[in-house]
Amino acid sequence: MSARMLRVAAVEPLTPLVTRFRFEDPEDRRLPLFSGGAHVVVEMPDADLLRRNAYSLISDPFDGSGYEIAVRREDTGRGGSRFMHTQVSAGDLLRVSEPVNLFALDLRARKHVMIAGGIGITPFLSQLKQLSRLQVPYELHYAARSRAEAAGLRLLNGAAHVHVHISEEGNRMDIGAILSGQPLGTHVYTCGPEGLIAGVEDAAARLGWPQGALHSEAFLSPPPGKPFEVTLARSGTTLTVGPHQSLLEAAEAAGVEIPWSCRGGACGQCESAVLDCHGRIEHNDHWLGEEDRNAQTKIMPCVSRFQGETLIIDR
Amino acid sequence: MTLQFNDETFRDDYTYHNSAAAILRFPFPFDRDSYMYSVNMEPHAGGPEGSPFDKRFDVDEHYVSEMRDREITLAEDPLRCQSLPHMELAGWDLLELIMVSKAEDYPELFTLNRDGDRWHWINRPLGIEHRFTFLDPTTLPCGPMEYITRQAQGDFAVLDQREGNLWMDAGMVTSQADWSLDFDIGMNFFEWHAPVPKAHEMGVFQRALKFLLNIRQGSPARRLNWTMTVNPRLDTSPENYHKWGPEKRTVTAENVGRKQFLRVELQTFWRLPRSNALAFPIRCYLISLEDLVTVPKWGRRLHRVLRDLPDELADYKGFAVNRPLIVDYLSQHDDGAPTSPGIFP
Amino acid sequence: MPRIDFSPSIKTRPVYAALQSRGAAPALMLAEAEGAEALIELADADAAVMDRAHVIYIPGGSGHGARLKALAPKMYHESPSFDACLERYRKALGDAQMGTQLYLAGGEGALGRAMSEALAAGMPVEAIQTEHRGSIARRMQCVHCKGVTEGVTTDPFTCAHCGLTLFVRDHFSRRLGAFQGVCVDAETPGVVPAAQEIRP
Repeated sequence: MSARMLRVAAVEPLTPLVTRFRFEDPEDRRLPLFSGGAHVVVEMPDADLLRRNAYSLISDPFDGSGYEIAVRREDTGRGGSRFMHTQVSAGDLLRVSEPVNLFALDLRARKHVMIAGGIGITPFLSQLKQLSRLQVPYELHYAARSRAEAAGLRLLNGAAHVHVHISEEGNRMDIGAILSGQPLGTHVYTCGPEGLIAGVEDAAARLGWPQGALHSEAFLSPPPGKPFEVTLARSGTTLTVGPHQSLLEAAEAAGVEIPWSCRGGACGQCESAVLDCHGRIEHNDHWLGEEDRNAQTKIMPCVSRFQGETLIIDR
Repeated sequence: MTLQFNDETFRDDYTYHNSAAAILRFPFPFDRDSYMYSVNMEPHAGGPEGSPFDKRFDVDEHYVSEMRDREITLAEDPLRCQSLPHMELAGWDLLELIMVSKAEDYPELFTLNRDGDRWHWINRPLGIEHRFTFLDPTTLPCGPMEYITRQAQGDFAVLDQREGNLWMDAGMVTSQADWSLDFDIGMNFFEWHAPVPKAHEMGVFQRALKFLLNIRQGSPARRLNWTMTVNPRLDTSPENYHKWGPEKRTVTAENVGRKQFLRVELQTFWRLPRSNALAFPIRCYLISLEDLVTVPKWGRRLHRVLRDLPDELADYKGFAVNRPLIVDYLSQHDDGAPTSPGIFP
Repeated sequence: MPRIDFSPSIKTRPVYAALQSRGAAPALMLAEAEGAEALIELADADAAVMDRAHVIYIPGGSGHGARLKALAPKMYHESPSFDACLERYRKALGDAQMGTQLYLAGGEGALGRAMSEALAAGMPVEAIQTEHRGSIARRMQCVHCKGVTEGVTTDPFTCAHCGLTLFVRDHFSRRLGAFQGVCVDAETPGVVPAAQEIRP
């Protein structure tokens, strides 16, 4: 995946937990434009580990002067967001991938309804800029626990057609009401915690919405877990995946390239065939279907782990 | 080297011709002595200097005449160029891609000056000079896709990407190998390929789609496709089949070398930035058998490929009726000598 | 009337299944001729499907009106032809919201036409169910003159607009709601194979 070295042009805390980063080309060249909902993967050289985390772009997709992301610090995670918060400052150089979009607007839609929970607001920020330029009707519903935590309030900056639901203030989001009575050709986009995405899917199914009108993005960061051993058959190596490492990262550290795009279990790029498995694969992805999961014949190395005796994959 | 543009026709008196240089740079599609479908994709990242793979959008000696032929076809049937309403943004993306590429790759032919959204485009071969506002359709005489593809050789399909599929939602199609944009517009990847025999069962389209969905901005891909056409005709559309169909039966042992053409499509695939759509230019190259056999390797190889091709494919590609004449003619140019690997002479 | 098994064909050739109730969601139902029986069976399986249904019925010589009306849909309308109810159908599509279900039943031509109208109105394709009943006559678009000939039962057939003799392809456009017809004697003008009844 092609990437370029970019300079951190600004670091701005938005809330105690969320910080905005702006990247620009070190020689002020224009960066490739993108479409609303796209993400980039930021490479973080953290001691002897190279982490790569995907972040939604929040800046104007039609503005090539820089890329902006908002990173929420996850102290229980594997350290990627902590690295961004504690190790990165203005002037630093980081490698950033080309934008890729796995959460694109359906441009046929006659209306777009966007539902964001917490830090899930990020992909909608670039979509809003695209929609206001295209002059397509939309409404955005943003749910957060408290105003203090709602980084989106500063990022939304008074945009039109935005409905803010702060649960602490007793203003909970009523998904059923949002989905009722929407005109033909409406598409719904959800980004946020798993529970929110499931809630929208349930309400939509109850109201007879077709699947094709529902879009969601739940980027996972690879969950930590117990260390495990895996054999890469084609490369002829056996390696140990550390507790805060993903199988993909461990393979990369051993010099084995596996194609990837989102590194969050959504895009399907790194899907790998399982040749032998004595034990249980912890499927943490959103890509494989129920059948593939149960058969244990495929694994997504970016987020999934393993417990048991032997795991041999076709890499 | 300055390009000399031919004054030639692709209909009626068919004065189309290839110069000696054009013959040598022809994109011969067979890298071995046999053919079967495959997902023969490779990065579109240049090629030998002067070859049709060298530049992002190849401009050759046929440019001006091809654009004139497109104009005739569109005047007769404007439905050859259509764009569903949600594809306008992709049209602007395509306009930008082609203008920027051509101005950078052929500075003596094309110039693009940009001052923010105010663009100034000069196309010297076609005598066009135009100032317009990017993303403002009222400043162009027609939609952005139509505007730029009236100035770019080859057909263009613009594919929307959604639901894990690609959708044929816009296109400029005036030199197609027998498919109708007007009928196929709005179809997904599997649907518009529905009439192609064998390939579905082989899983070719599944693999190709997976590849195409993952094409990234800045990393275009390409492949070659081919068929056979009687006379150097660009408009072999189903719409006009009843007009050009009779010509297919005019091939004789005496004229086959002159009348029968190998038609090669250089297909390229580009991720577009703002729309996330996929541009799919289908550039058509034509060469008569008579010209083709002047490259001995190509004469030998085309003979072997067409002789051994499964009947079903010859039928689908629409030349089964002339195959014996073609193979007979080519056999005179095949001495049985081995051929070297690869497509170049 | 027995249901018809269509032969396996290319991917664009529509396939039809029995209508399945999606409950008491707002529904628009259009039945042509024998298609009425499909709606009756649908309501037999789940009476609630009629609670918020707007039924349009084009008898075309069949006489199921009384039985359909007895299912007590929210709105019921009988129309002498597709053309006669077209504006009403369009209005109903225009008034539909996300969640509205479209049930279509009838001959191949009516299904294609009703589907094409619904898609143009923005109805999501997954909200549309089609069950084939009755005629296998096809709507054919002439690829040459673009005219649509209704009720085609032979292959080849004569285009009702330009008069060319066309062969019947299985390639189908949902957008047009029609199969593709292509000149059969383009290469050998006048040499036309004998017409045969089209088969399912």
